[in-house]
Amino acid sequence: MIQLTINGQPQQFESPINLTQLVEHLALQGKRIAIERNGEIVARSQFAVQMLEHGDQLEIVVAVGGG
Amino acid sequence: MAINLKLWLLWVEGKTVPTTNRSHSQESMDNLVIAGKTYTSRLLVGTGKYKDFNETRMAIEASGAEIITVAIRRTNIGQNANEPNLLDVLPPSRYTLLPNTAGCYTVDDAVRTLRLARELLDGHSLVKLEVLGDPRTLYPNMVETLKAAEILIKEDFQVMVYTSDDPIIAKQLEEMGCVAVMPLASLIGSGMGILNPWNLQIIIDNAKIPVLVDAGVGTASDATIAMELGCDGVLMNTAIAAATNPVLMASAMKKAVESGREAFLAGRMPKKLYSASPSSPVDGVIAPASDAATRKAAQ
Repeated sequence: MIQLTINGQPQQFESPINLTQLVEHLALQGKRIAIERNGEIVARSQFAVQMLEHGDQLEIVVAVGGG
Repeated sequence: MAINLKLWLLWVEGKTVPTTNRSHSQESMDNLVIAGKTYTSRLLVGTGKYKDFNETRMAIEASGAEIITVAIRRTNIGQNANEPNLLDVLPPSRYTLLPNTAGCYTVDDAVRTLRLARELLDGHSLVKLEVLGDPRTLYPNMVETLKAAEILIKEDFQVMVYTSDDPIIAKQLEEMGCVAVMPLASLIGSGMGILNPWNLQIIIDNAKIPVLVDAGVGTASDATIAMELGCDGVLMNTAIAAATNPVLMASAMKKAVESGREAFLAGRMPKKLYSASPSSPVDGVIAPASDAATRKAAQ
């Protein structure tokens, strides 16, 4: 069991998970997003090889209207 | 006069422009150049506060803007996966997206937000930096802004920076490598117009990079005044989005910016309280009717 904090919300996962799997789990595949893991940007090309660890803090962002 | 006319004709032909102003003499046409890229529109617009994406799209089309700001925010987790995305409506293939750091009050938040933006936009490095100091006024914290700008420039971002209208700070931001300085006309979202044209004038006179008024424009005449001062462009959001008819106001702003720019290039007449120089000839005015009557009576 690992716990991740995603956009400030804690979420538990039964088994180890990489970023590609997390993106699919959150139904964000194909969306234009960017992810920061523990304060560091993760390039999209690295999603499949980034295994997430218990306690990881993730920020998943999109572009929204703003001035 | 003859020289001015000649310069004007050359300018019309696109060979030169009729002033010695820094930003014009470098350009063959009267375009806005930011970080080496040329834009024909001098109006930059935000994408916030519209009632829906359709209104956003129509207003931005009416504005003629080529550079549009976007904010970077957490995505909704597990809610409405089919929610439309802003970038589907305003594709990066058509617009130059300018991600901002609105809502950031620290150097760290601003820098991380723009790193995320660069990843989100496939390495796009032109950004709008703003580090706010106070939630009530949204006034920029220039101490933190200078620190954030330094980090971002080291990381090869092209930084357009929101700043107070302090000429010394504006110059420092230029010297450290920002690609444009964007002083406020008045507070963000206030619509109060240009409160200190004299400071803006000093910033413009000192700058070798584009100066854009960002924040405070309320209506078309405010944008025109900014451009008449010699600003290279104007960035606005609320003035359009909070108008009763945003699409019509977007069109008005397009014309206002173009109009102010042309008036600046044309060079206004000097102001004087009394002219003593009527526009029509002084000589040859017909005689008063009473004179004619007198002459006729004498015959």
